[in-house]
Amino acid sequence: MKKSLTVPAAAALEKQKQPSRVAGFLKAILAVVWKDLAAELRSRELLSAMLVFALLVILIFNFALELDLPTRRSVTSGVLWVTFAFAGTLGLNRSMAIEKDRGCLDGLLLAPVDRSAIYFGKAISNLVFMLIVEAIVLPAYSLLYNTNLINPGLIGVTILGSIGYVAVGTLLASMAVQTRTRDIMLPILLFPVAIPVLLASVKASEGFLQGLAGAEIMPWVNLLIVYDVIFIAVAFMTFDSVVEE
Amino acid sequence: MIEVRKLVKRFGAKPVLRGLDFTVEEGEFVALVGPNGAGKTTFLRVLSSLARPSLGKVSIAGFQLPSQAAEVRRSLGVVSHLPLLYGDLTAEENLRFYGKMYSVPELRDRIEQVLELVGLSARRSDLVRTFSRGMQQRLAIGRAVLHDPVVLLFDEPYTGLDQEACDMLDKVLREVAGRGRTVVMTSHDLGRVQDLASRFDVLAGGVIAASTTPSGLGSQNLLDFYRQALAPGVGRLI
Repeated sequence: MKKSLTVPAAAALEKQKQPSRVAGFLKAILAVVWKDLAAELRSRELLSAMLVFALLVILIFNFALELDLPTRRSVTSGVLWVTFAFAGTLGLNRSMAIEKDRGCLDGLLLAPVDRSAIYFGKAISNLVFMLIVEAIVLPAYSLLYNTNLINPGLIGVTILGSIGYVAVGTLLASMAVQTRTRDIMLPILLFPVAIPVLLASVKASEGFLQGLAGAEIMPWVNLLIVYDVIFIAVAFMTFDSVVEE
Repeated sequence: MIEVRKLVKRFGAKPVLRGLDFTVEEGEFVALVGPNGAGKTTFLRVLSSLARPSLGKVSIAGFQLPSQAAEVRRSLGVVSHLPLLYGDLTAEENLRFYGKMYSVPELRDRIEQVLELVGLSARRSDLVRTFSRGMQQRLAIGRAVLHDPVVLLFDEPYTGLDQEACDMLDKVLREVAGRGRTVVMTSHDLGRVQDLASRFDVLAGGVIAASTTPSGLGSQNLLDFYRQALAPGVGRLI
């Protein structure tokens, strides 16, 4: 005889079908990352804009800084981080504009997941785009400036700095995209808040390139780590309020 | 299914919804009509948890807003005049993405069913940016019903569609609503709304100013009722 399920049994069965909160959270993050990477693989509009801009900046600096080799080495970290910061801003703006223009941001916010999963998904894909640009810019810079930038310390700082920049940038981009002047608004909001991460990245990169002792570099690296942790935590706590009307 | 009491929504000091009361029973198809700026879109954004109510009580499928927003969102499917779809993904990829966001079980089979429902099975592998406006809107309906929600909210779904696309959308809407779902739709197209809905509410000045059913219209058409409801000096017709 076929038995019908009681209401609590049906509810329990329904609950079994739904993934746990953590699994659902991780699944939503992966879905957003997959969606961003798949769309970018087709259009290539975000990466190509960031990359062309970054390569043009280092090319212009190459002509502008007619300097001897030691002086060039001393400005390398500054030029690199100016390039990464501006190219990163382009990418952050475009990444959120894609969501806003066709109403897709609403589509994301309508999903029954913790909204911070959307933030983490967007931040991870923004970080991937920024790291791809950096992976191309570093060898290009090495060639143009005749400086070896393939240095594990510098690569570590580049990753830590990019995490901090993207963590705060994604949060502020989701705020700026709601305004009419979003293209102007993001740099105005982002650069003052990103000063600690840019300063620490420039100083730590310079330390690694000039072969300074670990004791001189570590305070800047520690500052980067603390900045990354603080801003990821702040974004986790505030993203929901930032995107809600 | 939907219960709203004394809802107030302000943007800064400007109130858009002013103590709105609204109730929808399970399976009802309510058309929300009203002039531009009456607060229809704002009201639907509050119902869909995209905007936080300033004051008042909102409950959908037994869950309260804003405290149980995730549960409310699981019960809702939303279609607006924007498609909420990614142009650089195919129709199938868009549905797969939203299916993952909603943790839809047996997603592959469900995508098949939904593409069949909205008549886009043959275009499943085409990029959405190559779709006409009408096809995008049909896929948007597919996205909204993918997780089988009990309540559907449509905000001006006919915007920008030609006659043929509107007819096709009507067909999909009838099929979707015919499955016992509760529907709330805003529209300026009174002729189409009159054929589809089981209740008509006029939203004006941030409150429901008038409400009727097809049988309550009698010999009037919806346009006459609408004009009467918005005529100066006329009180609430509920």
